[in-house]
Amino acid sequence: MTVQVLARPVNKEAEPPTERAKNRHTMPLLGAVIVVWVVGWLIFRNHDTLVLSFQQQTDFHKWINDLRDNIQASAQHNWFFHGVIGKITTFFNWLVEQIQHLFSLPAFPRPVPQVGWLGVLVLLGWVGYAVAGARSAILVLVTVFLFGILGAWQDSVDTLIITLIAVAICVIIGLPLGIAMARNKLVSTLVTPVLDTMQTMPAFAYLAPLALIFGIGASSAVVCTLIYALPPLVRITEHGIRSVPATTLEAAGSLGVTKRQLLRQVQIPMAKRTIVVGINQCTMAALSMATIAAFVSSPGLGQDVEQALQNLDVGGSAVYGFAIVIIAIMLDRTTTAASERSEKQSAARVASVGGPGVMLVTVVLEHLPRWASEETKGRRPLPSKAFRRGILGIGLVVVAISIWLSRQYLSLASFPKSLDFGTDISNKVSDFSDWFVNLAEPVTNAFKNVVTYGLLNPLQSLLGESPFWLIAPVILALALILGGWRALAVSVVCEAIIFGTGLWHDTMVTLTMTLVATVLVMLVAVVLGVSMGRSRRADTIIRPVLDTFQTIPPFVYLVPALALFGPTRFTAIVAAIAYGVPIATKLVADGIRGVAPTTVEAARASGITRWQMIRKVQLPMAREALLLSTNQGILYVLSMVVIGGLVGGGSLGYIVVSGFSQDQLFGKGLAAGIAITALGVMLDRIARYTAARHGRA
Amino acid sequence: MTADTTTPTPVASGTTGEPALKVDSLWKIFGNRSDKIIGTSDADLSRKDLQEKTGCVLAVKDVSFEVAPGEVFVVMGLSGSGKSTLVRCLTRLIEPTSGSVVLNGEEVTSANEGQLRELRRKQVAMVFQHFGLLPHRQVIENIAFGLEVRGDDRTSRRRRAQEMVDLVGLSGYERSYPDQLSGGMQQRVGLARALAADPAILMFDEPFSALDPLIRRDMQNEVIRLHKEVGKTMVFITHDLAEALKLGDRILIMRDGEVVQVGRPDEVVGAPADDYVKDFVSDVPKSHVLTLKWVMRPARPGESDSGPALQCDTIVRDAARDVLAANGPVRVLDGDKVVGMVDDQDILRVVVAEEGTS
Ligand SMILES: Nc1ncnc2c1ncn2[C@@H]1O[C@H](COP(=O)(O)OP(=O)(O)OP(=O)(O)O)[C@@H](O)[C@H]1O
Ligand SMILES: [Mg+2]
Repeated sequence: MTVQVLARPVNKEAEPPTERAKNRHTMPLLGAVIVVWVVGWLIFRNHDTLVLSFQQQTDFHKWINDLRDNIQASAQHNWFFHGVIGKITTFFNWLVEQIQHLFSLPAFPRPVPQVGWLGVLVLLGWVGYAVAGARSAILVLVTVFLFGILGAWQDSVDTLIITLIAVAICVIIGLPLGIAMARNKLVSTLVTPVLDTMQTMPAFAYLAPLALIFGIGASSAVVCTLIYALPPLVRITEHGIRSVPATTLEAAGSLGVTKRQLLRQVQIPMAKRTIVVGINQCTMAALSMATIAAFVSSPGLGQDVEQALQNLDVGGSAVYGFAIVIIAIMLDRTTTAASERSEKQSAARVASVGGPGVMLVTVVLEHLPRWASEETKGRRPLPSKAFRRGILGIGLVVVAISIWLSRQYLSLASFPKSLDFGTDISNKVSDFSDWFVNLAEPVTNAFKNVVTYGLLNPLQSLLGESPFWLIAPVILALALILGGWRALAVSVVCEAIIFGTGLWHDTMVTLTMTLVATVLVMLVAVVLGVSMGRSRRADTIIRPVLDTFQTIPPFVYLVPALALFGPTRFTAIVAAIAYGVPIATKLVADGIRGVAPTTVEAARASGITRWQMIRKVQLPMAREALLLSTNQGILYVLSMVVIGGLVGGGSLGYIVVSGFSQDQLFGKGLAAGIAITALGVMLDRIARYTAARHGRA
Repeated sequence: MTADTTTPTPVASGTTGEPALKVDSLWKIFGNRSDKIIGTSDADLSRKDLQEKTGCVLAVKDVSFEVAPGEVFVVMGLSGSGKSTLVRCLTRLIEPTSGSVVLNGEEVTSANEGQLRELRRKQVAMVFQHFGLLPHRQVIENIAFGLEVRGDDRTSRRRRAQEMVDLVGLSGYERSYPDQLSGGMQQRVGLARALAADPAILMFDEPFSALDPLIRRDMQNEVIRLHKEVGKTMVFITHDLAEALKLGDRILIMRDGEVVQVGRPDEVVGAPADDYVKDFVSDVPKSHVLTLKWVMRPARPGESDSGPALQCDTIVRDAARDVLAANGPVRVLDGDKVVGMVDDQDILRVVVAEEGTS
């Protein structure tokens, strides 16, 4: 949702002086609005709150249901649905099925896939070596072997298949598109808004319509993964090509290169690292979406986690969640190593930055690892070309033999039961988690109570029990005071949409959880971020942890949260915090680090204490970063709060999830998706315009 | 030319026939609808006024000059005076707004894309302030890049590139990457790349500004050496007067896009066209630049028959010892003809004035 920040960086020109003068009145005005709100709440409590019980539906919801029925009925005859969409659907389903028969599903008449587990293992190891080198190959071998040990062989391979198909299509479409955008202004202006839209829509909002169009199953999964993973690749590719310095282009021009030579011999080689980073981001986004696509019955691990979560089976969800995590790490490290290989040695690592519905382009681009665009001195000696070719050749023979073997022997074809420890591990995890949860109960309960009674309940009662005609203007007033007229305009539209979906009350409940989680995220982020920004040591210790957290698809966060807090709205909040903290922390840390060293030195020279330094110099000067970090925090949190509907988060998320499983709730679920989108856009714009107005002190 | 030079434009030695480069009333105005400005009264406005009135930036204003084959032609001026724009207009890296550029008899300004590319590949090469090297290619591949894009075969371009490596003194660094080299070495690569195509004209845009003073001096000497060895025509942009005087056969001084003066180093120092140029050259040690022609006095009757003699283009500093050692005035010759006399006083006036100002 931060796409436009990139296109038009947060307005950095001097604001007109009148705006500046207004800033002084912000606090009293905010106070006044809140007083009015609280008084109104006291008087009109529980009037006109627009509560809609779970089974209740509005005409709008029914209308969507009818629409769906009509589409499904006419799909057989309509040239568009039958001819175009139908072909695409059939093609993707066919493609996925073929590959599944090759690697994961029994290929009739054989009782096992064409290539058995040994073949897959060795083949993937070989690919790992080919794209990223020996260390990655070992990582791949271990990871893939673990699929079997965890008892999740087939689903893991399926997840990989969906992810990699989507990535392959992304690369085929995305690279030429990104390059065309970098070289042609017109293409860029035409495509950018499309990418914006693709990224602004929370994934949850478009799963349902896509399922309607492409049907439940692999086809929808591939399409939504594609939609979700394509924009980062296109954008980063465009960025990479564009960032080739003008001086280099000019020098090449002075030598008389043709456009084609310029592209092939100058622009692409120089943007290669950045482009590989784009592929990394694309891959991680694809994986995260491929798991969420479980809601439209995508094959793979997502469904296992979803089911285990719904059955409140901590052990089972942990095992499958762990499989997702190791896939994430494997894909991340391999693509990272590939980009390092493609040029020089690096100090930093890519952290995947993506979340459902919140692809953070600004963040992705501004926080590309240093090595993505900069040249670093010294390179790690790579094995010579000849040596590599030799190894690859030998490897190919080994692959062929393994595949042959895996077709000959059943024990090499399907992963042997004796090595499958899935159930054991699941039980052990359940036991451990019971024990640990008991042990930790005093702490977790205390935390839960403090947050529930201190923050959650008061806010929920304020938001959920006020009449809608009170909250609506209050939110508008806050938007106006904080973000100005543009924020107000967006908020009016978004409120109208939310009202129209008939889910006003549920949206308020979701808003409550989002705000509470965001406050907690920012608390943690400021503490961690300040210490990271101030101390290199803290940074080197904390940053890799955050990086790893960021590669984990959001689904997985629910597992430990569920173990600790059971199926309550609190679980969603905790998962949201875990999900939002890494990105928010990094942004705060970079902001603090960005405070000019000369200023810090001057302040130190005037003899201030450490605490004064943080409060009076560093935090105020990092204000813009703090606001940006809050903005990102909100969006991450919102998407997680929604997924949390799965484990008792209630409200909009639960409605969306139910829309997938209960036929008659389809319309309501879709409406909830729309409401989430509107809420997200509203929060994002308010935060962004606030940052633009108040960011620069 | 907009400014009259006080002395007739001298012709560099060896000039016969066609100039290597001929520029005729070249304009460059940045901004929308800038082509509508030339020919109207707006064109007479100063840069500042024009920008206020139309929003367009006048970068090069009605510039004309000629460069003889083999000449080192220096363009100098303060930052923002339009030097880079001018030199880029010469090969249309920046499209000029109007005017004509003729390079070795070929009209650059009317060339189509293919001709222009051919021209850049074979006729002209540029060296840039920021080197413009390709970081993903080794030194030797960078040098061979221009040959590669024009389609030379692999062995011949390797051979040529290796020659260039040796010529600029980078032997042993062929396999290095640009970021492993110092700034001075990187610029040698830039130089070698420009020379590799064996162009008729070399253009330099402040090639040494990014280098520290010692390396800059080395590189200047390198250019002088290369000029002696390969004898190319050079157009050299700089904002450093000392560099201009050291390298230039002739110097063109620009201000706000306009030509202020064109002349040999001694002319620029000895007869500045206006206060701007005078100010510019005030710090220059005049005895290092001026020739006897600038300090001599007319010969009195009878003086010019005998006694020691020096050529009129001898630099004052080099003549000082002889003049001071001679008893009485020394004759100044242009060829065989006596054109004037210098005595101790004339020499000392230059040298002492310098002590006073510097
Ligand atoms: N692309 C452009 N668009 C608009 N104005 C430009 C552009 N390029 C240069 N200018 C303007 O043209 C004028 C001349 O710029 P130019 O770069 O030619 O100066 P210069 O003499 O090379 O200066 P320097 O010594 O700093 O390199 C400047 O006022 C500059 O602002
Ligand atoms: Mg310049």
